[in-house]
Parts: sequence; C-alpha cells; structure tokens
Amino acid sequence: MSTTNIDTRFTEYLLHLADDALILGHRNSEWCGHGPILEQDIAITNISLDLIGQARNLYQYAASLIGQETTEDTLAYLRDPVQFKNNLLAELPRGDWAVTILRQFFFSNYQFLLYSKLQSGQDVQLAAIAAKSLKEVTYHLRWSSEWVIRLGDGTEGSLKRLQNALSDLWPYTGEFFLPASYEAGEYDPSGLEPDWRLKTAEIFQEAGLVMPSSKAGLSGGKEGKHSPDLEFLLEEMQVLPRTYPGATW
Amino acid sequence: MTTPADITIDEVRAILSTVMDPEIPVLSVMDLGIVRSISIQDGRIAVSITPTYSGCPAMDMIAASIRMELMSHGFFDPVVTLQLDPAWTTDWMTEAGKSQLKTYGIAPPMARQHASCNDLFREESVQCPHCESWHTHLLSEFGSTACKSLYKCDDCLEPFDYFKCH
Repeated sequence: MSTTNIDTRFTEYLLHLADDALILGHRNSEWCGHGPILEQDIAITNISLDLIGQARNLYQYAASLIGQETTEDTLAYLRDPVQFKNNLLAELPRGDWAVTILRQFFFSNYQFLLYSKLQSGQDVQLAAIAAKSLKEVTYHLRWSSEWVIRLGDGTEGSLKRLQNALSDLWPYTGEFFLPASYEAGEYDPSGLEPDWRLKTAEIFQEAGLVMPSSKAGLSGGKEGKHSPDLEFLLEEMQVLPRTYPGATW
Repeated sequence: MTTPADITIDEVRAILSTVMDPEIPVLSVMDLGIVRSISIQDGRIAVSITPTYSGCPAMDMIAASIRMELMSHGFFDPVVTLQLDPAWTTDWMTEAGKSQLKTYGIAPPMARQHASCNDLFREESVQCPHCESWHTHLLSEFGSTACKSLYKCDDCLEPFDYFKCH
C-alpha cells in the first residue's frame, strides 16, 4: 500500500490502537456460547462488540488517510502477522475465566487512561474516537474490576486461578508503557504507568492479590514481533476473505 | 404533499420520526437523539447521525433506512454521514421516546448526573416498567444489546431491560 503524502507514523499509531481493540475483541468473542453463566457470556461478548466497534472507527480513519484501495476490511483481513502492532497481551489465548478477566482488567485500566488523554489530543478525529470509546471502556473497567475482586475474594479455587493468571500475564503488562517507534512525542505512553499501577494496586488490595515485584519485560508485539498465537488467530479470522476475495452476503 | 424542492427542515424531521431503530422498534431515530444535523441544498438532503455505541450493529441499517425513507418521499440520493463528535448520550433521548420505551417494557434511562459514577458494586435504582415498583435488582450490567442492562423486579418478579444511562 502506498503511503505518499501522509504521516506514516500517525497512521501506524492508529493501526496500533485499532489492532489492540480488534485482537482483544476477537479473543473475548471466543467466549460466545461458552461463558461461565449466561449473563457473563452476554457481558464479555458485549465488550467484544464495543472493542470491535472501536477498532472499526480507527481502521476507517486510518484507511481514509492511507487512501488508494485501502478499507477497514483490507486492514483487518489482508495484513500479515508482522504488520499487526497490537500488544502481545491481547493475542494470548483466552485461557480460563480468570485469565480473560485479569487481561480485560489490565487492558481496560490502560485504555481508560489512554483514551482520557487522547480525547483532548491534537488530532480532532482521534479525539472524537477516544471520547466515544472512553464511555464504553468505563463500563469495561468497572465490570472487570468487580470480577477481579470477586474471583480474588471468592473461593480458594477462584483465588488460585487468579494467582496463576497473574503470574502468566504480568510479564506482558510492561509493553503498554514502552514507547514504540511511532509513539514518540505526543503519543508516548510511558507517562500513563504510575496511574495504571495505582489503580491496579487498589483493585489488587481488595482482591487479596499481591503486586508482583518482578519486571514486566516481555514486548515486541507493538513492533510486529508476535507469538505463534497471533498467527493462529489471524488464520481463523481472515480465512474467508482470503479464500474468497471480495465475497459479500 | 410537499415537493422535494420546497421542503423545510421541520418536514424532514417529521419524515425521520417514522424511521425506527430496528432493535427497539418503538423508538424513532429522532426520539433516540442520534440525528445531529439536517441540511437541504437544491432539493438534496444531507443527514448526519451519531452512533449510540461504537459497535452498535444497527447503525448501518439505520443509515440505509433513512436513505430509503427519504427516497420514497422523492429525494434523489440523500446523503447520510456518521459523526462521532460529540459522543452520543442518553440525555438526548426525547421525553416522548422515554415514555414509549416504558410502555414497550424497557425501563428508560435516567438523567446522567443521577446515575454516572465509577464506584464498584453499585446499582442504579431502577423502576420496574411493568408494575412501577422500585424494589428491583441488577442481574447483569450487559443485556440483550450494548445499550441495555438486565434487571429483575422483586415485586412482580418479571425480568426487564433497562436502557442504561450513557
């Protein structure tokens, strides 16, 4: 795709935001019909719908800047794993309910701070998308916070699962705040980390979880270096438009 | 019938009042408060609408319904655009819309200043649309569509949707 006369770094940043929302939304959507109880099955799929809607807004904006034949669909369905810029945390398998909940909490906590900042940013259209998304992310954060507390403060078994989820997921949380090449300047996320840790500590305290002291050093997704998990995810998500180009119904 | 050439904005509003939300068929797009602007130039109409939720699957259908309704009134190729800013809020829903929702069995949204807060484990107190009891409880924050949550009345025991305040 040609990128003449456009700010490539800014479109890369939009794609990064969109990829996070799409991949996390897709992972959550895998719970459809498999949730632990009906109400929470509906909740997690509603959250997927919000995230995929936010991804669409961002892809549409990116596509309008890239021009040519690019559309939201070509961006979602016809890019290869190395072109995706989502955080590694988003692509990890959905795991059990504790993994899904804790990941959603980590993400919503981060997206809440991120969109709060972006809604008053320089770019008017990105600010509008952020303001819109923020209203939805506020629900996601409240819902996932409550569930982290419920599982942590629940039974021995639910606490054990949550602790296992924490040791699996924690190493990936540092990538949120590690600036990628396209995040220099206005979009540098490192300033969000103190507030993110504060909120995490607050919820962990109520849930009876201990903040890990280990460094959260796993990264690479934002620069296109992914795990095989993303390849499997994309293979499933993209199979139809890749097998039958231009298919409609 | 007014010809397309001399139609007024109010008449366009009246036409749009007959275009219903496909998921809540008692609410028109005007009642829902998603029509942000209407302009007429040389008999050509442009309508701008705003989505309720980013992922609302009804938006494409609503845009198509608006176009079809205007075309059936003789307007050539009306333009419907999506506008994200300012973000939609339930405060824009009309009073008539809220009372239609209630008749339909969905508890209407309350004013935002009464309901919006980030406290955990809090429940808005919502009136049952069937028996008017305030003795109700939240079953799930997320209901059959993104814009609703699920409640149950402790008096008449009916579950009901609450159009959540946004």
